[in-house]
Amino acid sequence: MQSRLSGTAMTLAYERRTIAEDLSVAVPDRSFTVIIGPNACGKSTLLRALSRLLKPAAGAVLLDGEDIHRLPARGVARTLGLLPQSSVAPDGIGVAELVARGRYPHQGLLRQWSREDERVVTESMAATGVADLADRPVDELSGGQRQRVWIAMALAQQTPLLLLDEPTTYLDIAHQIEILDLCARLHEEQGRTLVAVLHDLNHAARYASHLIAMREGRVVAAGPPREVVTAELVEKVFGLPCRVIDDPETGTPLVVPAARRRATASAPTVAVAGG
Amino acid sequence: MITLRTPGGLSLRLRPRAIAVGVTCALLALALSVLAIGSGDYPMSPADVLRALTGRGTPAEEFIVTELRLPRVVTALCVGAALALAGAVFQSLVRNPLGSPDMLGFTQGAATGALVVVVVGGSSLALASSAVLGGLVTGALVYALSWRRGVHGYRLILVGIGTMAILTGVNGWLLTRAPLMDAARAVLWLTGSLDGRGWSNALPVLLALAVLVPLMLAGYGPAMRLVEMGDDTAAALGVRVERLRLVVLAAAVLLVSLAAAAAGPVNFVALTAPHLARRLTRAPGPNLLPSAAVGALLLVAADQLALRAFPGHQLPVGVVTGVLGGAYLVWLLATERRAGRL
Repeated sequence: MQSRLSGTAMTLAYERRTIAEDLSVAVPDRSFTVIIGPNACGKSTLLRALSRLLKPAAGAVLLDGEDIHRLPARGVARTLGLLPQSSVAPDGIGVAELVARGRYPHQGLLRQWSREDERVVTESMAATGVADLADRPVDELSGGQRQRVWIAMALAQQTPLLLLDEPTTYLDIAHQIEILDLCARLHEEQGRTLVAVLHDLNHAARYASHLIAMREGRVVAAGPPREVVTAELVEKVFGLPCRVIDDPETGTPLVVPAARRRATASAPTVAVAGG
Repeated sequence: MITLRTPGGLSLRLRPRAIAVGVTCALLALALSVLAIGSGDYPMSPADVLRALTGRGTPAEEFIVTELRLPRVVTALCVGAALALAGAVFQSLVRNPLGSPDMLGFTQGAATGALVVVVVGGSSLALASSAVLGGLVTGALVYALSWRRGVHGYRLILVGIGTMAILTGVNGWLLTRAPLMDAARAVLWLTGSLDGRGWSNALPVLLALAVLVPLMLAGYGPAMRLVEMGDDTAAALGVRVERLRLVVLAAAVLLVSLAAAAAGPVNFVALTAPHLARRLTRAPGPNLLPSAAVGALLLVAADQLALRAFPGHQLPVGVVTGVLGGAYLVWLLATERRAGRL
């Protein structure tokens, strides 16, 4: 398996709180990798480490074989993009102007706005479906539109690798699917390597080409969704009894949580009486 | 926005409105400066002032202009620009419209430095150096105290406000220890005043502006705009956020301290000028140069108001900026709160 981005024997810690020890992961090239796991399992921390926002206390993150913290910051920013969980749109900024900021790692003091910059920004807005909004102020947009604008900014960075930290949080179900469809398109049509942290297991199973399942700071399983998403593993990782069936739309694994009544089938009357 | 490109692949992206605001304010500040130099016990027409400035006036007029009146005006321009720049930098980096150096204790730190010299005695050079030192030490202290895996806006503001409260107390204590005459002089200094300012007051600020402004603009101008979107977003775009914050805050603290050393802790210019600049340019980002132009204009105008508003009663310029700036702050708090930004 080819991997431009990997972490080896990482210890990840905030201050004195250690999140993970001896953690190793590899992101397969041209994959849509999704990291899943219960709350506080360290998945966002792992993404922060991979995106060089958090420096491992031990071990290293390797980008093209080199320690990411020894590489020049702008050079990394031309290879590896990140959509963080929280970004602030400056007051009154327009969509096109915000997207244009993604060009920063390609610009210089006397090279502030090349034709290439202009072309890439236009393409990024078209790819995310925000071209019509180009002149609108970002703070007037809906949550889903805003998220697409931020993704457009990350696209304008033109990085072969793009990391997304919970890109669907705070969006309603239609917008969640819209964003994930967009990610899938970027992955398939543009050949980018995507790494995302997702909360929803079924979204992960449907969209990912490679899954990394974490629990308590360790990788429990990694591989294609069909191999990773099994009833045993979901029970082991999330502590959730379930059945896994085929998604009638896509044929990918679909997790159906066990009903309370079925789980307590040995005492049906009590279960019904209890609600 | 307009773009200028050369065949060689160089390109500049300019914002006409921001340039217009900056140039207009700068021209207004200069025009007002000429009028200010022309007024006084020996009135001169603008034409006479310009002749004297370019070395074609009578010796008497040249002396009055270059030795007596020009230093005060240049001090006002430079102090106004320096305070406004520092304010723009702080507000941008802490992402808060109230995060200005006079709210965060830096000017009080400079005042403490100056008061120590007033109490123990010393030359005006010692007072200025001590003020700069006080500002820088306060800056280092606030930075160190708010450091926790990087410095974040809110913590910096809270630590800064705490520091300001402590230093205000210290300053009060120092005043009570000073001999009566010195205390009176110190209070005037604390209000912020441009009376009797000479080249020795103006030059350090001018020099700092000449060195620091190009460095900040060239080194961190675009990056500062990115940091406004959040540390993570800026870092993802290749900005070394912590280094930027350290360098740019240090430059801002140096500017504030030098400004305070030259004219005393003139209040509210650092807070209001960047706001006015942003409202005028309608551009996101710290708006460094338009802010500097607005600041220079504000302080020259405030000084003239202080001198001429009540004939026979000259006010220190800090009184005018305090009264006007305070009113602006109240208005700002009310509108920002209504807009849900505070």
